[in-house]
Amino acid sequence: MHVNSVRTQKTAGRMVANEPLWFRILLISLCYLIAIVLIIVPLIYVFVQAFSEGISGWWNNLFNDAETRHSVFLTLIVVPLAVLVNTVCGVAAAWTLTKFKFPGRTLLMTALDLPFAVSPVVAGLMFVLLYNLRTGYFAPLLNEIGFKIIFAWPGLVMATMFVTIPFVARELIPLMQALGDDEELAAVSLGASPWQIFWRVTLPNIKWGLLFGVIQCNARAIGEFGAVYVVSGRIERETYTMALRVEKLFQDYNNPGSYAVASVLTLMALSTLVLKIILERMVAASMEQSSSE
Amino acid sequence: MSAVKPSPGRSLGGTLRQLVSGKHRSPLPGFGPGLAVTISWLTVMLFVPLMALIAKSVSLTPAEFLTAAWSERARAAYMLTFGAAAIAAVVDVALGLLFAWVIVRYRFPGRQMLDAIVDLPFALPTAVAGLVYSSLYVKNGWFGQFLVPLGIEGAYSRFAIVLVLIFLGLPFVVRTVQPLLSSLEGDIEEAAASLGASRWQTFTRVILPSVMPALYTGFALAFARGLGEYGSIIFVSTNIPYKSEIAPMLIYSRLEDYKYEEATAIAVVLLAGSITTLMLINWLEARNRRYAR
Repeated sequence: MHVNSVRTQKTAGRMVANEPLWFRILLISLCYLIAIVLIIVPLIYVFVQAFSEGISGWWNNLFNDAETRHSVFLTLIVVPLAVLVNTVCGVAAAWTLTKFKFPGRTLLMTALDLPFAVSPVVAGLMFVLLYNLRTGYFAPLLNEIGFKIIFAWPGLVMATMFVTIPFVARELIPLMQALGDDEELAAVSLGASPWQIFWRVTLPNIKWGLLFGVIQCNARAIGEFGAVYVVSGRIERETYTMALRVEKLFQDYNNPGSYAVASVLTLMALSTLVLKIILERMVAASMEQSSSE
Repeated sequence: MSAVKPSPGRSLGGTLRQLVSGKHRSPLPGFGPGLAVTISWLTVMLFVPLMALIAKSVSLTPAEFLTAAWSERARAAYMLTFGAAAIAAVVDVALGLLFAWVIVRYRFPGRQMLDAIVDLPFALPTAVAGLVYSSLYVKNGWFGQFLVPLGIEGAYSRFAIVLVLIFLGLPFVVRTVQPLLSSLEGDIEEAAASLGASRWQTFTRVILPSVMPALYTGFALAFARGLGEYGSIIFVSTNIPYKSEIAPMLIYSRLEDYKYEEATAIAVVLLAGSITTLMLINWLEARNRRYAR
């Protein structure tokens, strides 16, 4: 989807805009108005509120609050873990689903999309049903080995993983289908080992698309709220991620604190957008290169 | 998702395939391990959690299930959830088409900025969106000071829920319509014009039918996102049972009371609703695509 949008932008220039000028100006202004009201003003508002007590106030709200500090720390553990597992498994899934035909392939492809149809709160509920220590299906086992998943960080990781399952695989599958497997087949015929094929042939071809998927996965993981909210049990200095911390501070009527955390999350979202634009160009370039060869 | 281009040199690939294996199955390595990783990943993260949900709901008698899932409070929550998500998705279809149209067809200052910023709702944590929307539209907020005297309550109302869902769903429609719109050939429009069609006729009879499948997909994605949304809505809604309580919120409040069975019953209805809608829209889209040809 994204890859296409970039590729076609270049050809769009030849399209004739034959609507009258006043009509074009009307539509463009309408777009600007909507963008300003829905997106741009909210964006500005975050920073105006976050810096309402000056930069030192912002800094204090972020780093002189032990709970907020812990939420930053926890986010920095939970998000990379979830993204790492989903990246490795997503690459494996994309490889298996695009390079081979086998019964059940379509089923697995559909399953990859399923998390989009599941409310994050329902996702959280599923993990509570499985792993809570009183009535969970795995409660006897967990009590036996003394491992806590619900109301603890492993639950946060699992809930985040569930919600971000589709991102890497969904980005790679269309890309790898479009690239075909001729180069890999050539490598096999020349006697390359499986690892050589992956690292030397496949990975260089898909690297930008992969990075694109990882970045989207990462942004979604940082922002995940519903699923994490349900499994966290919201224990101070234990299970508050940054997104949950924003809500807690808001409930405590600590607006400057809440907006300070929100401003950091917004900065992360903005850098995601910038990286996406750069990567879209890279993907488009690498697709063009491979199709011209 | 994206149109897959057949890669050049397929015959080369075919020859290589025969050379290397002589069998139908691909000679590429990694099928076994790849499939093992994919299946274990999806089993642990997706299939087992889904089975837990089903097992829990089956453990209820049909009468118990109905009392939990179809109580007056639950019905009110479904109405609000499905209603708000549907209205927001319809608005997103209109706004998304406008955005895609303007970005693809017109050249104007700030076009690339507009194109980039449309992705912000994807990247921004929903808690931040909820936080900002809740304070922009209150009585003394930036927008609320003008809107509240006019009787428009954009925060802590049902309208607030729709408003934040419009924000979250917008990029889904823009990004699905954009590639289709830019792949439309200008000559079809010229042909229509030369046959005496007015601009409006060209739009409704030629352009709209060809982007229709994308509008369906965009609607489905925005709708599914709206059904499950939780993080932003708890900020902007008053969350009062029967009045402004969405289904995910009801599930959470059942969970907090340790009424896992009831929570599960409501979750099953919500999940069934969203999967049914997605399948219905998939079918509509496929049918439309066939007739458009």
